[in-house]
Amino acid sequence: MSILVDSNTRLLVQGITGREGSFHTTQMVEYGTNVVAGVTPGKKGEQVAGVPVFDTVQEAVAETGANASIIYVPAKFAPDAIYEAVDSGVALVVCITEGVPINDMVPVYAYVNANGARLIGPNCPGLITPGQAKVGIMPGFIHEPGSVALVSRSGTLTYEVVDMLTKAGLGQSTAVGIGGDPVIGTSFVDVLRLFEADPETESIVIIGEIGGSDEEDAAVFIREHVTKPVVSFIAGQTAPPGKRMGHAGAIISGGSGSAADKIEALEAAGVRVAQSPSQVPALLKEAIAAA
Amino acid sequence: MNVHEYQAAEILARYGVPVNPGRVAESPEEASAVAAEYGGTVVVKAQVHTGGRGKAGGIKLAHSPEEAREAAAAILGMDISGHTVNKVLVAKGVTIAQEFYLGVVLDRPNRQVLVMASAEGGVDIEEVARERPDKIVQRRADPVLGFHPYLARELGFALGLPATQVNGFAAIAQQLYEAYMGEDATLVEVNPLILTEDGEWRAIDSKMSFDDNALFRHGETEQMRDFAEENLTELDARNSGISFVKLDGDIGCIVNGAGLAMATMDAVKQHGGEPANFLDVGGGASASQVAKAFSLVTADPNVKAILINIFGGITRGDIVADGIREALAEVEVSAPIVVRLSGTNADEGKDILAKAGLTAVDTMDEAAASVVAAAHGRAD
Repeated sequence: MSILVDSNTRLLVQGITGREGSFHTTQMVEYGTNVVAGVTPGKKGEQVAGVPVFDTVQEAVAETGANASIIYVPAKFAPDAIYEAVDSGVALVVCITEGVPINDMVPVYAYVNANGARLIGPNCPGLITPGQAKVGIMPGFIHEPGSVALVSRSGTLTYEVVDMLTKAGLGQSTAVGIGGDPVIGTSFVDVLRLFEADPETESIVIIGEIGGSDEEDAAVFIREHVTKPVVSFIAGQTAPPGKRMGHAGAIISGGSGSAADKIEALEAAGVRVAQSPSQVPALLKEAIAAA
Repeated sequence: MNVHEYQAAEILARYGVPVNPGRVAESPEEASAVAAEYGGTVVVKAQVHTGGRGKAGGIKLAHSPEEAREAAAAILGMDISGHTVNKVLVAKGVTIAQEFYLGVVLDRPNRQVLVMASAEGGVDIEEVARERPDKIVQRRADPVLGFHPYLARELGFALGLPATQVNGFAAIAQQLYEAYMGEDATLVEVNPLILTEDGEWRAIDSKMSFDDNALFRHGETEQMRDFAEENLTELDARNSGISFVKLDGDIGCIVNGAGLAMATMDAVKQHGGEPANFLDVGGGASASQVAKAFSLVTADPNVKAILINIFGGITRGDIVADGIREALAEVEVSAPIVVRLSGTNADEGKDILAKAGLTAVDTMDEAAASVVAAAHGRAD
């Protein structure tokens, strides 16, 4: 068990013949992910890492039974790619693409939800269930199967924490990067709900950052609904207000979105908050022991 | 990306918003000429990308062309929160009967566009939101169908407007929403939106910010960019795919990934140092990216030591190390450098760095401690 992706995932890659798409397809296949199809309009009949390429998602799903999609197409075309996946009945859509206009994502989010699909991202590293399926761009080798679930708004910072967990002997059930944009398909709360229900997940790590109020919402949800031990790290404790820190969503504006507020909210919900990523494994062991 | 008040007003006027007449002036003489043309009272307003203009003395009433000249002379060249005033807006004076706030923003938790209004206009809306949240009324636009007229009317009635004024207000609320969507804004704000004594609506002060990710389809907005208001280093970085934010400290940071870059700044601070910048080299971290990052960081004379923190994921440690080596051959760096390399091909990377005379450490905490020590001129 795990959440969202596992050995039953039949993955489709949208934008498979592009530079990013083909590189990461090879990586995912090498990791052992069951990549069943790729789509690039006009490239039907080609193969990437042994994966057949189709012109449309509809066709790829009909031919291969793909049940999840990962998107590597450029930002201008990403919303269209998401619509195409959802309309073809793909239940899980992971959008890696960075730089998608916010206003494009507003109707996309509504459409995905109205059609009962789930979107992860955009501007995210994807997700991984160690030893079963890597649906993203994270380095697979730092992960180990286990019972710690991770959810994060960032990429490399998640790898940092995963690496420390693995080195401390704490394997992971599933690690999900939800993305750093203001409008994303799946929030911390959505993922926490899945982790709480997942029998293979015994503890949870939330890696947040400045901007928005997703961490505060997560804190409220944890207080009311999460019984498993939770540890967190929030990046951007030294970030000045009004400055966008790389991610479009990482900005302290109008007096809200600061790391201090998020840490306070999480601690009030009983979450142990690490001062640096290196403290996460020890805090987690402490939290598990206390649970 | 931000624009000036006068530019926001120009855009909103295209959407039908009744913006108060005004013209931009870059000299006292120009300001005086605009005042003479309008006749009567004018308001001379500093055009800078920051708030608090009124309190800083950047907004002055002038009752004659001569007073307008004097006001402009006083305001031009003024420093407001670190922004130098190069332009003033000379706007026609109006008699205000009632002031309102009207704004369009993204409601992040709900992933919808939100139109909000308040009868407490002309003041800091964030203060109103904090202290008297009941004084703000809001309606969310349908993500697909947009901002229905009835929602705009509901706002008007909720503000307590007389029935005769609701349609006029609702039209402006819809125009602001249309401008927000049409221009890919992240903020559209009119504060104050006023009713004159003659019962006419006027947008007195307009503000717009735009989604950088959508600028590719708004060449005309890009044309409005005021380079005097931009940090040219940050702009230059962005053109190379690097996110860079200048800060006040003395430890230069070069990191891959935005979250890790923030965490690195935090680590520097925890070890008693002050970061000189936020810098995310992006996913690729090629030799040219790293070289660019070095030149950005070393351009800051405050930088006493540099911390490079790379977690090799898809970005391989040996490639980054090659980049660092090549960059150091191109750019002269006199400040001490501390490298932290972990993840994919970290060992190969460390070998490459060793040949270039650099030692890489394994953890971020170690790296932060060493770089702070180096900046303070201490042996680690």
